[in-house]
Amino acid sequence: MGAVAVREAAAAHEAHDESFIRHYIFSLDHKTIGKQYFWTTMFMGLVGGSLAMLMRRHLGWPEQGVLDPAQYLQAATMHGTVMIFFFLTVILTGAFGNFLIPLMIGARDMAYPFLNMMSFWTLVPGVLTILASFFAPDGPAGNGWTSYAPLAAVAKLSTGAQWGQTLWAIAILFVLISSLFGGLNFLTTIINMRARGLSMGRLPLTIWGIFITAILALLSFPVLMAALGMLILDRTAGTSFFVPPGLLVGGQLVRDRSGDALLWQHLFWFFGHPEVYILILTPMGIVSDVISTFARKPIFGYKAMVLSLAAIGFLSFLVWGHHMFVSGMHPLLGGAFMAATMIIAIPSAIKTFNWCTTLWQARIHFTTAMLFAIGFVSLFVTGGLSGIFLASAPVDIYLHDTYFVIAHFHFVMASAALFSIFAGTYYWFPKMFGRMMNETLGKIHFVATFLGIYATFFPMHFLGTMGNSRRLYSESFYPFLAKAPPIDVFISISAFVLGAAQIVFIVNVFYSLVRGPRAERNPWHANTLEWQADSPPPHGNWGPEEPVVYRWPYDYSVPGAAEDYIPQTMPAVPAGAPAGGEGE
Amino acid sequence: MPTELLKEKPAARPRRGPGAPGRGYGGDGARPRGPESPVVAPLTAFIAVGAVLAAVAMLFVAFTTAYLARRQEAGWTPIALPAVLWLNTAVLLASSGTFEWARARLVRADPAGARHGLGWTAGLGAAFVIGQLAAWRQLAAQGVYLASNPHSSFFYLLTGAHGLHLLGGLVALAVVIVRAHRNRYTPAAHTGLAVCALYWHFMDALWLYLFALLFWL
Ligand code: HEM
Ligand SMILES: [Cu+2]
Repeated sequence: MGAVAVREAAAAHEAHDESFIRHYIFSLDHKTIGKQYFWTTMFMGLVGGSLAMLMRRHLGWPEQGVLDPAQYLQAATMHGTVMIFFFLTVILTGAFGNFLIPLMIGARDMAYPFLNMMSFWTLVPGVLTILASFFAPDGPAGNGWTSYAPLAAVAKLSTGAQWGQTLWAIAILFVLISSLFGGLNFLTTIINMRARGLSMGRLPLTIWGIFITAILALLSFPVLMAALGMLILDRTAGTSFFVPPGLLVGGQLVRDRSGDALLWQHLFWFFGHPEVYILILTPMGIVSDVISTFARKPIFGYKAMVLSLAAIGFLSFLVWGHHMFVSGMHPLLGGAFMAATMIIAIPSAIKTFNWCTTLWQARIHFTTAMLFAIGFVSLFVTGGLSGIFLASAPVDIYLHDTYFVIAHFHFVMASAALFSIFAGTYYWFPKMFGRMMNETLGKIHFVATFLGIYATFFPMHFLGTMGNSRRLYSESFYPFLAKAPPIDVFISISAFVLGAAQIVFIVNVFYSLVRGPRAERNPWHANTLEWQADSPPPHGNWGPEEPVVYRWPYDYSVPGAAEDYIPQTMPAVPAGAPAGGEGE
Repeated sequence: MPTELLKEKPAARPRRGPGAPGRGYGGDGARPRGPESPVVAPLTAFIAVGAVLAAVAMLFVAFTTAYLARRQEAGWTPIALPAVLWLNTAVLLASSGTFEWARARLVRADPAGARHGLGWTAGLGAAFVIGQLAAWRQLAAQGVYLASNPHSSFFYLLTGAHGLHLLGGLVALAVVIVRAHRNRYTPAAHTGLAVCALYWHFMDALWLYLFALLFWL
């Protein structure tokens, strides 16, 4: 079945006419699908960002009542949902994964192009559903991106809970299925479609990151799908999987049967923790490649990088309980989760040290992509350190559900992943669209974003240690938060600066798209295969001859070489050179 | 201009990593050598189906943990399962048998026999789905519905989820049958049929597991 389909697809890559619909809408070409994902998710990123601005507008000046309490919770919920499920998850694998995998492994397309198209067209109904939920009679879901039961499981319990919460669950089911289709393609393509000579040990780290991400998704997404299925039944069919016994709403017993609200937390976080690594492993790979390219040095500790990716992937299934320290779990179990969580810090630290040692004594080219990659390392360290605090159960009992947690994951996940997306966009834009992005605008964007992010999220640590809980409508409810309002004003203003900085990026993207200088094949003098294709690559990527790989992707500044980079396609002994110097 | 950033040449450094001289890293890639070789090995399809099955397994692992956790708590009264489930189980087991028989016929160069066996498999698979629906109707006739009690909720949920996956298998089987009629499969090369059989047997085993879970636990 598969072999035939692929062979047909390969045959179809010979130049042929394509109708507009086939080319731009129901395209089977991985590059077009990647771009469809890119624009869709960038749009969702804008939606999520606007919601964040709305929240900060309210939180800076809560007494003005821009949002009422229910609306505030809805904005917060949808901000988290849109950013995590519809922006970060999808742009990393959907846009970068689709565009880069075949190019970086020297294939003409994915193993299953049709499945790939289906993956995008399963995402679209998800996007439409979540957008539609804003117009539901009582608004979108408002129970947090984690949608804890029983709040989310019983329609009467919260605003946005009639329709919004059900639409939320359906929309996320679409995203998960779409990602599974994609992940299936990524796995098979990376395992089976690599160019001649490209062993797994020679894969660029970006591809390794996507590969392990796909495995994590494959094993964790179905768990959330199971939970969502039960949640939908609880909400619509009157079951009580997550509805605890004796739940009273307005003095009335909700149901005479009993369920288990904690079960939702277990299932959600069994998915949720791998999910946060799904959002960071690909960025780690992207950043490794960008850093190595612009440091003009081989990545330090390639094997350690791959092994630590794998170790993080494995461990991420054993630590979900660190989100549940205050849920009344047995202290021994809490201790085990605490230990496992601390252990994850080790492979994370290995990666950080390797980035630093790659930069060590390098002649760094400070392109915008490189600045964002270095910014990633900084943000990841800041967020990783607060993670260690939270991993310790006694500390977490105090800090749980405060702004400290918000600060933690906005550094380590949100901002870091965002930075890798920017790094990737500045780096691969020439390959995607055939034009260079404007470096001056890029640097303005970087400086404003970097400072904006630290100014926005760093003070949240202080709010958290003061005891300011997350999802709090207004600090004025609590006397001990008397010092919080000025900090909140500062955060809000920083957030607006941060938001405004993104306008520079948008302008740069559209300006460069039409006016940017034409990109050559290999503008960054990089080694990986995608730079051997035209910019942008034609349908089928490679022309008649597929590339053959002779070396790993990090041969930068090799002594005695004519250039400071040696593409992977360069034979070990260059034609015409005296033999004997380098054997394969 | 970005390219200007690349002008200066950094100092040379010793080579490291895979591909450096004296390290002995071969690089074989996944692609067979030679320009005329087929693009993709049949292995791709097996990896893909294996990945699908891993995901399906995780889905049911999640359901199972929920089931086992819920069972420990108050208010768990097992319902009496309809007897037709035993018949359904036998039917599904038989369908796995006919699938293997069909494959054996194909390998022995008897495509007509293979088509026959595939037809039986599809028939038995459809019979299983109808049997499951009959079980639902029997329960409903006794007044046991989805929301009646925790055990019945899980019964409908698990049989429903399994049934949906089996319907997916039936669609795949229909494709295989069409292809078998077009003589796409040879004794040596019948990847599509083989991966479909793998999925089918997995659904079979999954049902045995679910039945045991619902019946004894
Ligand atoms: C050094 C490694 C890390 C450690 C030790 C760690 C530890 C923790 C702990 C203990 C919590 C729970 C806090 C609470 O709710 O009370 C937490 C929350 C969180 N972490 Fe991490 N973390 C680490 C790295 C990461 C990474 C790399 C990401 C994502 C890329 C991440 C994303 C998150 C998110 C999203 C939450 C909050 C979820 C929520 O409640 O909404 N963490 N982390
Ligand atoms: Cu976690």
